[in-house]
Amino acid sequence: MSQQAKSGLDAVDEGPVPSDAAGPASAGVPADPAGHPSVAGLIARFGPAIVHHEVSAGDQHVVHVAPTRNLEILGWLRDDPGARYDLLADVTAVDLGGGRPLQVVYQLWSIPHRRGLRVKCLLALDALEIDSVVGLWSSADWLEREVYDMFGVTFRGHPDLRRILMPMDYAEGHPLRKDFPLRGRFSRAEQTRRALAQDLEKFYTPHDIEIGREPQQVTLPAAPAPEGPGAES
Amino acid sequence: MAQKTVEFAVSRNPEMGVDGLPTPSPLEPFDLPEPTLAGEHMLVNFGPQHPATHGVLRLVCELDGETVVDVTPHIGYLHSSFEKLGEYRTWNQIVPLTDRMDYLAPLIYNCAYVMSVEKLAGIEVTERCKVVRVILMELDRIFGHLLWLGTTAIDVGAFTPFLYTFHDRERIYKLHERYTGARITTSATRVGGMMADLPEGWIEELNHFLDTFPATLGEVHRLLTGHGILIGRTQGIGAISAEDAVNCGFTGPNLRASGVAYDVRKDNPYYDYDTYDFDVPVGEHGDCYDRYLVRMEEMEQSIRILRQAIKRLPGGPINVQDPNISLPSKTDAMSDMESMIHHFKLITEGVKVAPGDCYFPVEASKGELGMYVVSDGGSKPVRWRVRPPSFVNISVLPKLTRGHLVADLIMINASLDIVLGEIDR
Repeated sequence: MSQQAKSGLDAVDEGPVPSDAAGPASAGVPADPAGHPSVAGLIARFGPAIVHHEVSAGDQHVVHVAPTRNLEILGWLRDDPGARYDLLADVTAVDLGGGRPLQVVYQLWSIPHRRGLRVKCLLALDALEIDSVVGLWSSADWLEREVYDMFGVTFRGHPDLRRILMPMDYAEGHPLRKDFPLRGRFSRAEQTRRALAQDLEKFYTPHDIEIGREPQQVTLPAAPAPEGPGAES
Repeated sequence: MAQKTVEFAVSRNPEMGVDGLPTPSPLEPFDLPEPTLAGEHMLVNFGPQHPATHGVLRLVCELDGETVVDVTPHIGYLHSSFEKLGEYRTWNQIVPLTDRMDYLAPLIYNCAYVMSVEKLAGIEVTERCKVVRVILMELDRIFGHLLWLGTTAIDVGAFTPFLYTFHDRERIYKLHERYTGARITTSATRVGGMMADLPEGWIEELNHFLDTFPATLGEVHRLLTGHGILIGRTQGIGAISAEDAVNCGFTGPNLRASGVAYDVRKDNPYYDYDTYDFDVPVGEHGDCYDRYLVRMEEMEQSIRILRQAIKRLPGGPINVQDPNISLPSKTDAMSDMESMIHHFKLITEGVKVAPGDCYFPVEASKGELGMYVVSDGGSKPVRWRVRPPSFVNISVLPKLTRGHLVADLIMINASLDIVLGEIDR
């Protein structure tokens, strides 16, 4: 308990200390599906794949969907004329800590209907895999890479899934997970050693290296021979 | 909502001379020899330290001669793990982290963050606070656009507009400093209000700025908008269709330049933006020139909003009158027992926010800025996520630049108006 009372940056060598209130972080009240036209449509269309529907922060509708069918459901939300969520504003994840499943969160916005919807998929910590939605929205490309980088969620079918904010050879894990200490997993000495021993090739993607590896076969015309004394200096 | 069209008296003739009159283009019949490097692609590393990248951005370009085949942006050089740091801090302690993200328009980030927390906590701020925040956000929209304008002008080779815009940015810096004490790291907001009320005479200074700034903007308009070099360098460069722009997640001026009138202030209004009279400028070609025009017009619209906001600025308290949210005044804390207890409790424990999650989008100068906060009912967030507009905008750079020249890459990058502090967070 005395450790609990510490605040601020005392806990840099541990993960974040959960706050005193042990309430569930997803405490939105179960809502009436009729309150949001797209949710009513989703339940009518997909039935049991719509796991849960709640309202958070007063008026924000959140649907939890089965992670195995996310592509199908999000695709319907994008294309159905009554839904038309054409802007994928954000893809992110939330780790609640304590071994609870990780949430992948999609923030959708429909420009024609001026409606928002939040879609969540819960992934068990030992099966962090979900289908990529890059095929539906190109904006998911970097956003999913960031979730992969920060939380370790693998997006199946992503065209270029590699770290984005952390270095490509970063070996300490996924920083935004709750069990990740603020200072990193390695000691300062090890972090410094790794930083100094970095291989230049790690700063390029494999595709770039492929281009760079083939030396340019350029035959320049022979330079004219220098004339007069001192020309070679 | 009624849409108004603002016409610019500029023709879209790419073969326009320096004097602004159409000239026959001498570039057409150029008889270039066959490139000797046909088929050979070259890898050029550009950045991370280069003034034209507008920050610590590294672009690995695959070039065919001078044509860009592909670009791979590498980011993360400024990564400071703000989101992770936020999980170790109380709700109010996060405010200083927000203005370090977009240091070109810090007050928008300050406001957006507390607005999201307040929505989750169910706090309704005072009317005065709402109008003050609108004033600050619109002022910083001009602030951010002015930096973009000056640096973009430099990228096309025009140095003078930079001097004009930075002179006027300096005046906004002074307004920041007068109010918050800091020029960039403003940290002006608190959950439930502001760190202080506007100082005496601040509104008069702002009025003076609003009276004199349009003249500067007009000068830049005259210098740049019809200029043959700018037109030649930007029209038809980096164009993206409306459908692609939405699909790629473009927001803000970049999206509106493609012809989609999506503005969070109009479509999902907050702080009574629906009662202000302003127009949303929309382009039609989605190229660098339209992005330029949209931002130029947005500054004019921000002036309009600012004038209306100043007119309706009500009196009364700026902070929520709830001892569990706002700190008591220093005098009260020192003289009144109960206020001192509240002060102590607030400082040691921090504000408590109801459990749940909230995504709150606002229209920042770069695009849709969404603050997503998750609370478990305690005094620290479980997760604080920033939906960074520049991060999504810059991810479209490879798509926009393919097939253009290296010089156009600089222009397209400039026209996206990125800030690396927020991309890397």
